[in-house]
Amino acid sequence: MRQIAIYGKGGIGKSTTTQNTVVALAEMGRKVTIVGCDPKADSTRLILHSKAQTTVMDLARERGTVEDLELDEVLVEGYLGVRCAESGGPEPGVGCAGRGVITAINFLEENGAYTADTDYVFYDVLGDVVCGGFAMPIRENKAKEIYIVTSGEMMAMYAANNISKGILKYAQTGTVRLGGLICNSRQTDKENELIEALAKSLNTQMIHFMPRDNEVQRAEVRKMTVIEYNSTHKQADEYRALAQKIENNTMMTIPTPLSMDALEDLMMEFGIMDM
Amino acid sequence: MSTRETVDFRKQVVEDVLEIYPEKAKKNRRQHIAVKDSECASCAVKSNAKTVPGIMTARGCAYAGAKGVVWGPVKDVVHISHGPVGCGYYSWGNRRNLADGEIGVDNFVPFLFTSDFQESDIIYGGDKKLEKIIDEVVGLFPNAKGVSVLSECPVGLIGDDIESVARRMSEKIELPVIPVRCEGFRGISQSLGHHIANDAIRDHLLGKGPAREIGPYDIGIIGDYNIGGDAWASKKILEEMGLKVVNIWTGDSTLEMLQNGHLVKLNLIHCFRSMNYIAKHMEETYGTPWIEFNFFGPTKIKESILKIAAQFDDYIMEKALKVIEKYAAPMQKVIDTYRPRLEGKSVMLYVGGLRPRHIVGAYEDLGMEVIGTGYEFAHNEDYEKTIPALKEGTLIYDDVTALELEEFVKKLKPDLVGSGIKEKYVFEKMGLPFRQMHSWDYSGPYHGYEGFPIFARDMDMAINSPTWKSIKAPWTK
Repeated sequence: MRQIAIYGKGGIGKSTTTQNTVVALAEMGRKVTIVGCDPKADSTRLILHSKAQTTVMDLARERGTVEDLELDEVLVEGYLGVRCAESGGPEPGVGCAGRGVITAINFLEENGAYTADTDYVFYDVLGDVVCGGFAMPIRENKAKEIYIVTSGEMMAMYAANNISKGILKYAQTGTVRLGGLICNSRQTDKENELIEALAKSLNTQMIHFMPRDNEVQRAEVRKMTVIEYNSTHKQADEYRALAQKIENNTMMTIPTPLSMDALEDLMMEFGIMDM
Repeated sequence: MSTRETVDFRKQVVEDVLEIYPEKAKKNRRQHIAVKDSECASCAVKSNAKTVPGIMTARGCAYAGAKGVVWGPVKDVVHISHGPVGCGYYSWGNRRNLADGEIGVDNFVPFLFTSDFQESDIIYGGDKKLEKIIDEVVGLFPNAKGVSVLSECPVGLIGDDIESVARRMSEKIELPVIPVRCEGFRGISQSLGHHIANDAIRDHLLGKGPAREIGPYDIGIIGDYNIGGDAWASKKILEEMGLKVVNIWTGDSTLEMLQNGHLVKLNLIHCFRSMNYIAKHMEETYGTPWIEFNFFGPTKIKESILKIAAQFDDYIMEKALKVIEKYAAPMQKVIDTYRPRLEGKSVMLYVGGLRPRHIVGAYEDLGMEVIGTGYEFAHNEDYEKTIPALKEGTLIYDDVTALELEEFVKKLKPDLVGSGIKEKYVFEKMGLPFRQMHSWDYSGPYHGYEGFPIFARDMDMAINSPTWKSIKAPWTK
């Protein structure tokens, strides 16, 4: 079983990329579980075709304690047998969402959510690694590989670099490694080259360049992944390609995060700072 | 031993005991320990500094200072320990701040109220639960005059907005609801908790009550928590002097006393460390003067009575002198009874923020000598007040560690150790007489003329108990 965590700047397309890629893996016959680690709980809607999956924390809140939950109440099978769970958590501005992630992941582990036939567990984690809770998926004995979704936009690259710093900390104390950057294209100038260069500086690879295509949007409106909505579309093949690359990926590295100056120099080199 | 030899011996003891520490810890701890010596002008002891990690400290946290010390004794207010159950549970009923009143009607001191945080309260925040608790509390206890919310660590960590809950609920229930941000991780001892608690009184209560005419002899006692009835014993003397004690903070106190603390001619401050902040504030803002006083033992009581009376007119001074005269004989009788049994006995103290200096005179009245003393959480000004009251050669230790105190006691061999519950059994098992000097060991009061005979009896009982002659193990006989 491979446990994989997907990080990246908020709004960059982590959930969309994760679900489409997971469905491509399922198509390849893999048994996959997605764990949404975001109080917004929107990591599984394209698989389950519904907005609101019952989340671990919401049900625990209703019942009083997480010990009162049954696994099958919060772990639901969706398209192509992909199993889905959402940690859930508070609305913005109250409580501790990070603790919610910790509690939910512990619950899933302790209650046998990761069965022996599971090939992959994907953790789809909120925005940045803001506190210990959101680093939970990459702690000891959990996700050992991480992919960062980014684009050629400056803030997305800043975020990718910051996340690398977080990974570096856990890589030094544990076994977590960076598997690569996924460039979710925003069609900025020289985007491909820029992210290739960023990946190189971070001691990793750009594992895939995901072109922008409105078919993703059309599928999403219908609460579906592209593979399900329009299986023969070229964008579906892009996700299949990414899934294949992840399946075959052996390049697991300890990242070398850049200083702010070095990151800005890199952007300058590719002309971003002139804009 | 001559005084010089004693000083040198004790200085060597300090060096020997510190030897066990690693270099950095040794350097740190050495600054907190001194031997009073004519050669050192002030014998500076470093204080109010972070405890060295890894050593065993007796200190508490900000919550302990705010809830346990300052707010807990206010009897007609419901105090909510806001957070997981442990902080509330383990601080429940273990401080002997007595209060008059009908329990559950107008006296809630023996109760514990806690929001008993569960995992989901951490994740979703506890503000709604807090609102519900406040609603329930005023429903169950309609005579409660207010609610205090004493924040435990997690509440601060997750950023709950207890201030807005307090504001909202205060309007709803038409009673003061006081948020106290005393998360335990703040500060380096309970001392910051006292300060935070003082600030909460200042911001939410002081000057906000029903105004009151100030009588010519109205006074307040600040910083007496009525341990074993101490405040009542002090009040008795003051009233015999013709003064009228209208407020006590916070032993046996009411919410209204906190609102009207400034409406007196004079505030008498007992525990300076825990309430100097608010006493100074009342002076600066309302012009209410304050002085320190000490009602431990007849010598200090007499000094304090004269000092207090000098703040008033001839009428009070006349009555004060009569009080001193009235109690001279009974106090002499106490001394005549106990002094022969205690003369020359030595004592080592380790208490909170006041008693390590305040009690010295009471021991001296009994012919005893304090050979070592120290505070858990005092600041520099407390040590500055302490050192002149001590004899040459006295060992002074700040935030003393369990190991240091044990070793100092072994080497200095006092006849009595006075400290807290954490120390009690360590020393009793060593075969040493011990008295708890935080709680008066389930006895008291020790203040005032009423307290001194009890104090003398208790010290005698500890030191001269025949038990100590019977503790030798059968196989060593």
